[in-house]
Amino acid sequence: MSASTRRDGRLEAGGGPTAASLDVARIRGDFPILRREVNGRPLVYLDSAATTQKPQVVIDALADYYARSNANVHRGIHKLAEEATEAYEAARARVARMIGADDPRGVVFTRNATEAINLAARAWVEPRLRPGDEILLTEMEHHSNLVPWIMIARRAGAVLRHVPIDDEGHLILDRLEDLIGPRTRILALTHASNVLGTINPITRIVSIARARGVPVLLDGAQSVPHLPIDLRDLGVDFLAFSAHKMLGPTGVGVLWARPDLLEEAEPFLGGGEMIREVTLDAATWNEIPWKFEAGTPNIAGVVGFGAALDYLESIGMDAIRAHEIELTGYAFERLSAIGGLQIHGPRSPAERTGVISFSDATVHPHDLATILDMNGVAIRAGHHCAQPLMRRLGAQATARASFYLYNDAADVDALVAALSEARSYFGEAVRRT
Amino acid sequence: MEKPFAELDALYRDVVLDHYRSPRGREPLPAPDVQRRGFNPVCGDEVLVALAMDGDVVREVQVKSRGCAISVASGSMLADLLPGRTRGEAERLIEAFRALLRGEEPAGDLDLGDLDALRGVARFPVRIKCAMLPWMTLRESLRARERGGEDAQDAAATTEEARG
Repeated sequence: MSASTRRDGRLEAGGGPTAASLDVARIRGDFPILRREVNGRPLVYLDSAATTQKPQVVIDALADYYARSNANVHRGIHKLAEEATEAYEAARARVARMIGADDPRGVVFTRNATEAINLAARAWVEPRLRPGDEILLTEMEHHSNLVPWIMIARRAGAVLRHVPIDDEGHLILDRLEDLIGPRTRILALTHASNVLGTINPITRIVSIARARGVPVLLDGAQSVPHLPIDLRDLGVDFLAFSAHKMLGPTGVGVLWARPDLLEEAEPFLGGGEMIREVTLDAATWNEIPWKFEAGTPNIAGVVGFGAALDYLESIGMDAIRAHEIELTGYAFERLSAIGGLQIHGPRSPAERTGVISFSDATVHPHDLATILDMNGVAIRAGHHCAQPLMRRLGAQATARASFYLYNDAADVDALVAALSEARSYFGEAVRRT
Repeated sequence: MEKPFAELDALYRDVVLDHYRSPRGREPLPAPDVQRRGFNPVCGDEVLVALAMDGDVVREVQVKSRGCAISVASGSMLADLLPGRTRGEAERLIEAFRALLRGEEPAGDLDLGDLDALRGVARFPVRIKCAMLPWMTLRESLRARERGGEDAQDAAATTEEARG
């Protein structure tokens, strides 16, 4: 650890973050897992783009729900059922407020962002596809925003098109203009790349799409947790994201959609909860959003998600964003000082999230991740569920460090120290054979 | 900072790193009887295994890897060990190696040669697939050869059955 950094993420002197507005030391105290050791070293968790750690308030919300209020929702007329339903629906309203949705009926709870994208693709887009219609995606999508479209395109005889990226990892918007055509039925793209960190200029993209009458689905899995989000500014038609990437439990995702689109969409899964009336041969559908929530949902998870959103709000998304910009800038500075490291994606922290993928000429990402793990440093290595993007980058795999509100300059220092050690270990180990 | 070299040295033995640095059997075969590409869906590592056969016996092998030290070294060792062996012997080698990676002593008196240096992988369960990738791909190649050889040259083996 560099002598000049403290656990609170501020530097005593010299470069790096100087005015971090977050009290990271206090925040870290809220996350019990950050107190554990891994392989005899303090855990340095730099894999929040995969999933985030959970604050005690979220863990407590899950336990309290089961200890005090557990019952099925929207069914019983007893007290517990009433409390459970109230907590579940309060979380829905909480989600709507978080993303600037005027009407909570637009918020559908799913298992994860992947299911949310599948729901939009199957329930609203697929019934509108004719052979030869086009689905417009981009080269930087996660598999979860590629495969659902591959599946429905195959069934409907539709054609997939992809907006390319430039060498710095920005979408080429001129090409987007060319690729949106009269047969484009949907533009589905990520808000922030899980590999490059690139934040796409959504308002501009939406205005291009709108001018052609093309609806936009936004994959917000990597943006909603890290940026202030207001649907009234974004102007998209669908937004998908996951609770577990924003301090909430696993097993909860959200599809927000314009309520009028949800009204006209077909149900996705059939079963209890999503119906109004059922005979042996026929059924009519419940109101939105419940029409899309067949079966008993992850009630405790949704309640825990509500607690996570309260926690994020108490800190402030603007402050979290400012902190991540600072930390990313500091990480760039330190990583750039290591020769032979190729850092992917935009250079400017203002144009990206705190996701940093890099390739090292000396050590393969897999070997690097193992050596870092032995130092207690958790990063991701691999193709990050974005194989087409990897091909575009000419990399088979990358190492990826990703930050969140509980990371600070000391974590970056630990990464850099472990990285240098890995390189010298591998360099040395290879040399001595 | 105290260096966790002991654990790492058990994984990255000198023999392993030597194979990683200069992998054997990379030269393309002029006329392979069968070849398969293998792919680790977890990390993106790739390998090509091509075989020239004399009946049931593997005459020549090409192994071309793109991946981490463990998968490259394992493929290089495969290229060293395989020529001259029958299909049955290759299958026994695969099973013995798999047992070694599970931390078991391989049954019988099979000489695993340099593969023995990969026994440290057993302490890093997430890396077992890396080590098995070339061998799963070899198995696919041998099976394709058994089925008639030329079918689906591009079909990719995966490491999914390597969990064992």
